[in-house]
Amino acid sequence: MTKKKKISKQTRSNIITYGIVILAYIIVQTMINTGSISSLMEGLMVPLCIYAILAVSLNLVVGILGELSLGHAGFMCVGAFTSAFFSKCMRGEMQSDGLRFFLALLIGIAAAAVFGLLIGIPVLRLKGDYLAIVTLAFGEIIKNLVNVLYIGKDSAGFHFSTQDVMALDADGTMIISGPQGISGTPRDATFLIGVILVLITLFIVINLTNSRSGRAIMSIRDNRIAAESIGINITKYKLMAFTVSAALAGSAGVLYAHNLSSLTATTNNFGYNQSIMILVFVVLGGIGNIRGSMIAAVILTLLPELLRGLSDYRMLIYAIVLIVMMLFNWAPKAIEWREKYLSFGRKKKEAVK
Amino acid sequence: MAALLDVKNLGISFGGLRAVNGFDISIEKGELYGLIGPNGAGKTTVFNLLTGVYRPDTGKIILDGKDITGKKTIDISKAGVARTFQNIRLFKQLSVLDNVKAGLHNHHRYSAVEGVLRLPRYFKVEKEMNGRAMELLQVFGLENHADVLAANLPYGEQRKLEIARALATEPKLLLLDEPAAGMNPNETGSLMEMIQLVREKFGMTILLIEHDMKLVSGICEKLTVLNFGEVLACGKTAEVLNNPQVITAYLGE
Repeated sequence: MTKKKKISKQTRSNIITYGIVILAYIIVQTMINTGSISSLMEGLMVPLCIYAILAVSLNLVVGILGELSLGHAGFMCVGAFTSAFFSKCMRGEMQSDGLRFFLALLIGIAAAAVFGLLIGIPVLRLKGDYLAIVTLAFGEIIKNLVNVLYIGKDSAGFHFSTQDVMALDADGTMIISGPQGISGTPRDATFLIGVILVLITLFIVINLTNSRSGRAIMSIRDNRIAAESIGINITKYKLMAFTVSAALAGSAGVLYAHNLSSLTATTNNFGYNQSIMILVFVVLGGIGNIRGSMIAAVILTLLPELLRGLSDYRMLIYAIVLIVMMLFNWAPKAIEWREKYLSFGRKKKEAVK
Repeated sequence: MAALLDVKNLGISFGGLRAVNGFDISIEKGELYGLIGPNGAGKTTVFNLLTGVYRPDTGKIILDGKDITGKKTIDISKAGVARTFQNIRLFKQLSVLDNVKAGLHNHHRYSAVEGVLRLPRYFKVEKEMNGRAMELLQVFGLENHADVLAANLPYGEQRKLEIARALATEPKLLLLDEPAAGMNPNETGSLMEMIQLVREKFGMTILLIEHDMKLVSGICEKLTVLNFGEVLACGKTAEVLNNPQVITAYLGE
């Protein structure tokens, strides 16, 4: 009896989450079709999906595994560059653009997952603040490595350098040229693809959380020693959460790379600024709250654009909104108020006394 | 018949402190065995040695004929030792049901991919797990709280849930670290019945640490008394509790 109720509650919550995404897509797509949305806003739609994916995937590490990671943008960077590299090499050599993008997506995800695993093995021995600092450092390393990478291709094959542009045959092209990054990536990312990837990310994270592995991951978060005492493999499940999270961030990177025709690694897109921004989405939306982090990502990405009219006061208002949202989400009185007036017929969680 | 748990000459030092020295214990299958002693005598350290939290410097631990000395906690759990903790260690943000289901982790398996893609095996195994977990919760009278977060359970129930979670791992030996700590006499009484029930229903072998002498003398068949890391006395409960040395060191005149 109680079991039944719980399952349906869980399913209902998931349906609401997926429903919000699909509904938002339909509304926005209709507005685009009828021309009632500015082109600036239209251009924001793919980034919105990117940030939603990043926020949801980081929530897997921060909320579900309970470890602070500040290197999320690094994994996004790996996904972006490996996929853009592939797409640029294959441009004009594959008949189907869709297939090329699909393969680029798989490559980007796989590369980010491998990096997640390799970085996770040493760093997940650390906890809390220490882990946060080390992941921050790894994120920066990835970004800086990409900035010194030169790869060219000509009839003799690929050429690598970490110094300078190399001499290539007449028919050769530079694919990655250091700080200039990759230019001429096909712009394959569309709003529809973005929304589908958001749905897939939600599907993976929600289903993983509500499965045997998810329980193991959350038990490590709640009490490591007890988790070990009931025979849960700590290393395995920590790495699983970290790797899946990195792989999903990689998919966001693929979208990012294929939304712009030139891709460079700067502090703003793949540096710690970005990692902290993603963390803000997660904290604001509620640590461990998948739907919340997605909504926070969307609001905070749209906000600077919506406030453009206020010119100089834009960032001030942005900061104030951030503070107000944080209070609304986390202050005890605010929570009480919300439970009372905004419960939408939801029954209050009853504590056994 | 060989003992279920046979420990010989177990010892560990922390720096210059010999926390446990020459500890022997032999527990037959189905026995309810008590480990008592003054604070700081090394009782919990013995539990930590038995469950692989610490690696012993000396000695051997044989469980059901298998040497588990110096193995990792996770392997010892798989070999069949489960425990509860002196300070309760539940998965507080998980529901009561999920706490027990986490304990079933190694007995009801499906892969992460099966879980994410919701393949038929996910539904089959989850159903088995729910059934088994509810059975265990019923034993402890917790079935009506299955959906409650573990953190919201009253203290006494949290202790019970910890035992239920330990039993979910299908252990051969159950270690209880001060199960009655912080309980009032009524709760202790119901806990005693519970421990007896667990023992009969599951045929469980139990080793418990306890300071509550009423509980110890009420349900333990045998006792070992630990003092300054060494065994002071061991044997039948009544005999041990009348031992003059034990009275001086621990019980008081």
